[in-house]
Amino acid sequence: MHFHKKKPWDFIRSSEITSETHYLNRREFMGASMAFAAGAVMRPDSAAGASLRPGVQDPEVGAVTYGESLRGDMNSYEQVTTYNNFYEFGTRKEDPAAFSGDFQPEPWTVEVTGEVHKPGTYSVEDLAPPAEVEDRIYRLRCVEAWSMVIPWRGIGLREIISKVEPTANAKYVAFETAVRPDEMPGVSRPVLDWPYREGLRIDEAANELTFMATGLYGRDHLPNQNGAPLRLIVPWKYGFKSIKSIVRISFVEEQPYTTWKASAPNEYGFFANVNPNVDHPRWSQARERLFPFGRRDTDMFNGYTEMVAHMYRGMDLSRWY
Amino acid sequence: MNAARARLVALKTGVWLACLVPLGWSIWRFARGEASVDPVEEWLHRSGKTAVIILVISLAVTPVRRLTGWNGAQKFRRLLGLFAFFYAVLHVAVYLYFEQGLAWSFILEDVTERPFIVSGTVAFLLLVPLALSSTRGSIRRLGRSWARLHKLVYLAMAAVLLHYVWGQKADIRDPLIVAGIVVLLLGVRLYYWGRKRAARAAAAEG
Repeated sequence: MHFHKKKPWDFIRSSEITSETHYLNRREFMGASMAFAAGAVMRPDSAAGASLRPGVQDPEVGAVTYGESLRGDMNSYEQVTTYNNFYEFGTRKEDPAAFSGDFQPEPWTVEVTGEVHKPGTYSVEDLAPPAEVEDRIYRLRCVEAWSMVIPWRGIGLREIISKVEPTANAKYVAFETAVRPDEMPGVSRPVLDWPYREGLRIDEAANELTFMATGLYGRDHLPNQNGAPLRLIVPWKYGFKSIKSIVRISFVEEQPYTTWKASAPNEYGFFANVNPNVDHPRWSQARERLFPFGRRDTDMFNGYTEMVAHMYRGMDLSRWY
Repeated sequence: MNAARARLVALKTGVWLACLVPLGWSIWRFARGEASVDPVEEWLHRSGKTAVIILVISLAVTPVRRLTGWNGAQKFRRLLGLFAFFYAVLHVAVYLYFEQGLAWSFILEDVTERPFIVSGTVAFLLLVPLALSSTRGSIRRLGRSWARLHKLVYLAMAAVLLHYVWGQKADIRDPLIVAGIVVLLLGVRLYYWGRKRAARAAAAEG
């Protein structure tokens, strides 16, 4: 039996979108349902069904839902899938949804290389077995100063890391996005240095929050525009760290090349931790915009301080931005 | 009303309506629930781009007149300039109200510290005296200095281009295209200016 253990990422609450009455009702409702069905598996279609949004399907897999407290603030499926950055399909926010129709996320393999005991070519199912996936609701904060609350489905990156067994030399993890000119119309232009590359320090990669998404909104597959079939989610960092459509994961000794840092080092650092006190050269990061209208103050580490701050102790975050 | 006058009125009405299309399109999309997930960004971009495009067209009036000899183009310059300013006002209003929520401390920080916003602010402030001095009365009162004052439009255009380029994350094709057109238009003007100077010099010698 699964107990809905209070997970550390549950502490984030943002009642500012939901009305306060609705918010209090939800808490009451959740309290009651917890007392009644203590230990029940929290599925998107069961206990919290009252706040379900259109577009959520009954999941095939019995996945545990975390992040209940953000549920009422979720952005709609339409918002999540029609407004995003994925320059391989074009530079406008509408481009990924409009121009990713030819992209083939199946079959798919991920090459795991470098300082690991079990390098090789893995399928998505090898890395994220359907029976092991779970749902997590995270806030995604874009470096462009907007944010959304998104229910992801996937597996903790730490599970994947323990599967491939990095050696003691692995200090960083590097990721690479697919480059398929025939299926990705954006890569024919040198807007960025393709392939898109991102990376994390090994402790960041192994953090409990770091997630590999294979689906969203209660669905088992990611839409192409959201990074099918496999993408990273690092919720305390700006969205560009969450690399999409991953084809290679390398465990390396040196800090890896990362695309945005190479493109504009004064604007996008390697760490890219959400930090309201360090502005982007073109805008303040103190607040963020919500869709369609509204603003909220940005939280340090996007609200995940308790779980991540220890990794940066002693670092000057205005220098290591 | 004679035929030529009727044609002018029809043309002006057409230009008016064409200039209102971008605004109407935004309102239509929003009313139908078809606006982007981020309507604020959509409005900012549309108003900004429209202001730039109309401003460039207004700058094209004189070169077009020189190249084609069609003096009628001159009659649309003020109309175009004022519409460019109208969209610039919308652009600024969307930024102040929707983007910043009239949070003046943040706005002040933006307009003093961020080159991207500073250049936009300078561009807008340079356009204000041009718009204010576009009445018949001002034109008459200012006489020769009116033309000199309105040369500020080039400075404004340069600031607009900086703002446009600095506003992009990585893809700067659009501002480069606009910059190319502006340089071309300026080239035509410089060519005729050079010819005029040469002719004057020749006349002085002769």
